[in-house]
Amino acid sequence: MYPTDYRYSKEHEWIKVDGAIATLGITDYAQEQLGDVVFVEVPKVGATVKAGAVFGSVESVKAVSEIFSPVSGEISETNPVLAATPETINKDPHGAAWLVKIKMSNPAEVSSLMDAAAYQAFIAEKAKESTA
Amino acid sequence: MVNFGGWDMPLEYTGILSEHEAVRTRAGLFDVSHMGELEVRGPQALALVQWVTCNDASKLVVGQAHYSGLMTPEGTFVDDLLVHKLSDHHYLLCVNAANQDDDFAHLRAHNRFQAEIENTGSRYAQLAIQGPRALEILQRLTRVHLPPIRYYHFTHGEVRGVPSLIARTGYTGEDGFEIYFEPAAAEKVWDEILSAGAPEGLLPCGLGARNTLRLEAGMCLYGHEIDTTTTPWEACLGWICKLDKGEFLGSTVLSAQKQAGIQRKLAGFEMLDKRIGRDGYPVFIAGGEAGRVTSGGPAPHLKKNIGMAYVPPGIAAPGADIEISIRGQLVPARTVPLPFYKRAR
Repeated sequence: MYPTDYRYSKEHEWIKVDGAIATLGITDYAQEQLGDVVFVEVPKVGATVKAGAVFGSVESVKAVSEIFSPVSGEISETNPVLAATPETINKDPHGAAWLVKIKMSNPAEVSSLMDAAAYQAFIAEKAKESTA
Repeated sequence: MVNFGGWDMPLEYTGILSEHEAVRTRAGLFDVSHMGELEVRGPQALALVQWVTCNDASKLVVGQAHYSGLMTPEGTFVDDLLVHKLSDHHYLLCVNAANQDDDFAHLRAHNRFQAEIENTGSRYAQLAIQGPRALEILQRLTRVHLPPIRYYHFTHGEVRGVPSLIARTGYTGEDGFEIYFEPAAAEKVWDEILSAGAPEGLLPCGLGARNTLRLEAGMCLYGHEIDTTTTPWEACLGWICKLDKGEFLGSTVLSAQKQAGIQRKLAGFEMLDKRIGRDGYPVFIAGGEAGRVTSGGPAPHLKKNIGMAYVPPGIAAPGADIEISIRGQLVPARTVPLPFYKRAR
């Protein structure tokens, strides 16, 4: 379910690193919590993002969720699929529904993120809290 | 699951979009057992109902219901409710779950008529079956001939052997029924309706779709469009405020406000781009903050982003340009007529 070659944030974003480029999306847990996604807003190519700062939003029927960038850098690509079919996020959050690609300015930031096992433990804890 | 007025309720089953569309095009089933019931009995039952609510309950015939407001002495809403006339001396009030205890206390406090008042919420389960196919689905489960029951009328009968009050009412903008019966039978009746409706594509629906459906239909939600600070004139509910029925709680203030005019009015709006104005977001008019969105979000059937907000009466007319502040950005919107959605009859 959670690809082992991705890294995960506490705000439920994933990134996949390929050289200096990080592909970013929201996790399956995040899309499950949001429900039917109807709109995605991300900055244009060339915009700079800062690790830990809000840079966009994913809107479902019931709520809006801000997206935090786990890394700093510059947006090098956005996913054209999401403008026409934002519901792709519900169907394939870890694949076809990537949000942006970021040219990282400080690749060392990746090391502070969780691996798949740590993230799964993290969301299991969340699930326990919400049923407590 | 979410906590709603003290009840654990599902926000969605299969997803808000699919549930919403099921109700608009086929049928949906809602467990609305959280709704409160208050009963007023005795020779003075009508006198009390007339005194505390703004609609004219003297116009109801046995077997008829209407939408009304439970009023404060200031002409604002303690709650909104459905008043059902069970007999000349017996009325059933269906109220919001979160307000049930306050409503009961309010009725008692203003009961100078010695009417009997009972809080009977725990004696009723309530299911709502809504949508264009609701009638034919429910018809399979009851011997009561449903077509003659007119909108906002009700009858008594059995649904799969369970004695029920069957009302042609709802909160979705579609045709449909709300049925009241003993809680012990709730699971059975729920399951029976679900399986009876499966061929038509009936879906179980949660609070999420209940909210998007009522918003699209331009219906008020207590705590959002109406509360103890809003009057029927402001909330576009003048049609349930019958000053000619004689004095009632708040009627003096409401009469004066009708004469003097209102300072703000509930308006519907549509977002002009893809961003979504949601509950509580600030509304700007000509660059100045002028209010808040009372309810706002995607309208799944209309495929637009819509909302309601209180604005100066001159702006409430359809076609006025307003802006909604979304995370610090002013996004254009335009006022439109209410309701947003009206079913073909």
